[in-house]
Formats: sequence, structure tokens, C-alpha cells
Amino acid sequence: MILVRRPSAAFWLVFPAMLLIGVFFVLPIVASLLLSFTDFDLYALARWDHLRLIGLENYRHLLNDPLFFRALTNTFYFVALGAPLSVSASLLTALLINQRMVRGQGFFRTVFFLPVVTTLVAVAVVWRYLYHPRSGLLNYVLSLLGIEPIDWLGDPDWAMPSLIIMAVWKNFGFNMVNFIAGLKSIPRRLYEAAEVDGAGAFEQFRSITLPLLAPTFVFVGIVTLIGYFQLFAEPYVMTQGGPSGRTLSIALLMFEEGFRWWNLGYAAAISFVLFLIILSGTFIQMLVRRR
Amino acid sequence: MKALNGGRLMAHVILLMAALLTLFPFFWMVSVSLMTAEDMALFPPPLTPVHPTLEHYQALFDELAMGRYLFNSTLIAVGVTMSSLFINSMAGYAFAKLHFWGRDSLFRLLLAMMVIPSQAAMLPLFLMIKQLGLINTYAGIIIPGMSSIFGIFLIRQYLKSVPDSLLDAARIDGAGEFRIYWSLILPLSKPVLVSLAVFTFMGSWNDFMWPLIILTQEDRFTLPVALANLMGEHVQDPQLMMAGAVLTILPVVLLFLLLQRYYLEGLVAGGVKD
Repeated sequence: MILVRRPSAAFWLVFPAMLLIGVFFVLPIVASLLLSFTDFDLYALARWDHLRLIGLENYRHLLNDPLFFRALTNTFYFVALGAPLSVSASLLTALLINQRMVRGQGFFRTVFFLPVVTTLVAVAVVWRYLYHPRSGLLNYVLSLLGIEPIDWLGDPDWAMPSLIIMAVWKNFGFNMVNFIAGLKSIPRRLYEAAEVDGAGAFEQFRSITLPLLAPTFVFVGIVTLIGYFQLFAEPYVMTQGGPSGRTLSIALLMFEEGFRWWNLGYAAAISFVLFLIILSGTFIQMLVRRR
Repeated sequence: MKALNGGRLMAHVILLMAALLTLFPFFWMVSVSLMTAEDMALFPPPLTPVHPTLEHYQALFDELAMGRYLFNSTLIAVGVTMSSLFINSMAGYAFAKLHFWGRDSLFRLLLAMMVIPSQAAMLPLFLMIKQLGLINTYAGIIIPGMSSIFGIFLIRQYLKSVPDSLLDAARIDGAGEFRIYWSLILPLSKPVLVSLAVFTFMGSWNDFMWPLIILTQEDRFTLPVALANLMGEHVQDPQLMMAGAVLTILPVVLLFLLLQRYYLEGLVAGGVKD
């Protein structure tokens, strides 16, 4: 191997990307923390010298803001119900598709993945009509089964489950593809050996498939958690955070505070809390994996 | 043997039903977008239009600025994709094949940053874009999207498998690193560049929150922003909204169906577990 290195070449190749990521991602993240220690609002937006440092005042305000607790509760509800549902649907379809006897594997994979690539705002529009209490198709189907109509997006108890159903439909295909890749990487001879030992299908699943899918589970878990905590477009388009605040998410609250009321300092505190939640969620999953 | 066949049938029935359920919202979206007002008034609601019409698509272009939104979305997505292809592949090549001080720790740092949600950067980023005078411009959306950690990672993983001997041969012939990048690495990376292009284009096309923040005037709106905005005024007009949804989704669906091999390969490669 000939080591003729021009140190400047590597630098210039990496530089544009690092500059962009540094200026438009790393710097704003750091600035976000600083911004959360200020009372940056509409007046400061007009004249920066109106800006004052107020220490932890925004965070103290957060602790006493019922709206923030509403958003926190709603978002955790969405993640706690939506993420396991989505991962289960992904695993189930992946297991079904991956069976050797199933025909048209490529077709099913494509169909289940289709919602993933579509525009969230557009499918939210479609689902809003599907959920319509009078003219919506969902309630029509329920009426055929003799079930009373449900005010999907208008009933405070049903609104969040409705968003969850749509979110699971929209993205279970993403994790399914990862699970299929994980399943394909498990050597077939392990199953053959288990079969020789007389292990049934369930026993094989429990002692071979699940343990060997562990890395996939961690990846899928982290990606799903990060995605679900950032809930924004669904409530923005379908419910505007209502009814009575029951679908207000942390990201939606941050958007409203920051870009509707221009309380950018306060909104930065909200976004930083969201950041910490996602970070600790990721960290916990990595710890669990170490075990 | 009989039980096995039963299981086989069962798996196919479940998968087919799940496929129908998954596809139904799309089918219904297209169907309603072609219905007339009389079709909509029928009870029970017809599954397919009785008198199919394109009037709602016509209205989107004639009475609303659909053509403009399509143009805006396309321009932004193409701009982000082209620049991200060059910038990420340059960095990906350096991280995969060149030795420089701090390379591995820098790369580990980038990987760790992948878990940071983009929403955490949006408020200061908005202020920066405002200072730069880029509010309500295409540049305000394109510039922050020109490089991505995921893109660098994807290219690096792919180029790791290119043998060093190939590059050394080119170096012996006196080619510089830029020359190697341009005439050796870029052609070699074609499959992964297609993956990255599809990912980036779709990500940009479907992006909602950032364009919603940056674009303030209707003539700059991208399709998702315009659609969310139209929902306010035209919520009583399902056919029109459905037609808008069809036009918004159609380009990404076609792109996916045509290039899904690259897309799914890239997805799985990007998810490589240590």
C-alpha cells in the first residue's frame, strides 16, 4: 500500500458537510438551551436589546403550566400505546411474510410499506374524512355491524386513539422491513436443529427467533420512540390539539408557543424538555440491551 | 399435512386482508376525488364513483394554485437532493477511505447525534434564517437540508466495501483525491447514490413542520403546507381535498414503486446494527 496522503484533500472533502451540520444543526441545538434561559418574545424579535436573561424562569413556568402537563400526558399516552402497537403489527406481518411457504412476499412487503412513503399531511386529510362522524366510512361500516357511531376525532376519549390507529397504519411497514431483514439474517440450520430436537413452532420462536432479533428490537425501539415522541402533523391537521386539549402534543405546544405567540424563550424550554425525554428514552433502551 | 395446508391458507388469508385494509384509504381517496356532488349525496356511499369526473382536479389548478405548489415542492426537493448527493458523498468517501486526524471520534460523534430530534433545533434555526433574510424563500428550506448525518453514514457504509487496492492503483497513476472522488468513487457509488436520492427527495417532499414555519406567503407554499392550509377553508369539500391529497402523494408513490429496490436496500443498510 502506498501512503501518499495529501492532508488537505480529506479536509476539503469533509468540510462542506461538517460546516452545514455544525451551523444548521449543532449550533441551533446549543443555542436552544441558551434561548431557554431568556424571555425572548415578540418584543425581542423586533429589537434584540429587549432580550433578558431570566435563568430557569421558563422551566419554573413549565412546572406550573397545566397546558404543558396536558401535552406531556398526551404525548406519553400516544407513545405508550402507539409504539408497542406499531412494533407488534410490524413483527406480526414480518413473521407472516417471512414464512417460506408464503407466495407473493415482495407484493405484500410493497403494499405494507406504501403508507410509509406517503405524505403524512395528505393521509391525515384522508383519515379525517374516514373518521367523520356522519359521512365517514368508518362509522358506516360500524353501523352495518350494528355498532353506534363514534365521534372519532370529536370525542375527547376517542381522539387520541384515533390518531394512534392512523399512525400505526402509516408506519408499521417501516419496522416490518427491518424485522424482515433481521429474520433473514437468522441461520436456517438453527431452526432445522430445533426441529430435530422436537421443538414446536412456538418454542422455536421463543428460544431462537426472539433472542436473535434482539439487535433489531433495539434499533426498531429507538427509531420508533424518537419518531413517536415528535408527534406533530397528525394533531395539527386532524384535531388542532383538541377536543379540549386532548391531542395537544409537546411538539404542537412548542409550535404554538414559538410560532403563534412568539414566546420563543418559553418554546425553547419546551423543546429542550422534549430533547431530554427522547435522549433518556434512547439511553434506557441501550442499557436494557446491555443486559 | 392437512394442518400444514390449513396454516398456509390462514397465513395467506390474514395477509390478504391486512393488505386490503392497508390499501383501502388510498383506494377511497382516489375514488372520492373522482366523485360528483350527486355521488357523494347517495346512501349508502358508493365505493366507486357513479359518474366519474375530473372537475376537482381541474378546480385545483384553475381556482387554486396547485401548479404553483407542485412547482415549489419539486424545486425544493430537487435542490435538497442534488446538493445532499454531492456534499454527503464527499464526506462519506473521506470517512470511509481517507485517514485524517480525529476521523473516528468525529464519526462516532455524528452517529450519536442521530438520536437528536430535529425539533430541538428549530427555534434558534428559525432566528438564524430570519437574520439571514431567508424567511419565505426556497433557500431557507434547502440550505439547512443540504447535508445529513444519515446520508454521510449511508455512503460511508457502502464505500467501506470498496477495496483499497483500487484507489491505490489510481493514486499510483497520479490521480488526486478529488479526481478519484469524481471519476472513480461517484460512478462506483451509483446504487447507494440512488438510495440516498430517493430517501432525500421523499423526506423533503413529505416534510411539513419546517416549511410550515419558514414559508409565510401562499405563493411559496409546498404541497403539504398548502394542503393543511386548504383544509381550513375547504373542509366541506371532500372531493377537492382528496384530489389534492392524490396529487401530493402520487409523485412519491410512483418514485417508490419504481425504485423500491434501492429504497428498501438503503433503509436496511442504514439500519445496520453495529
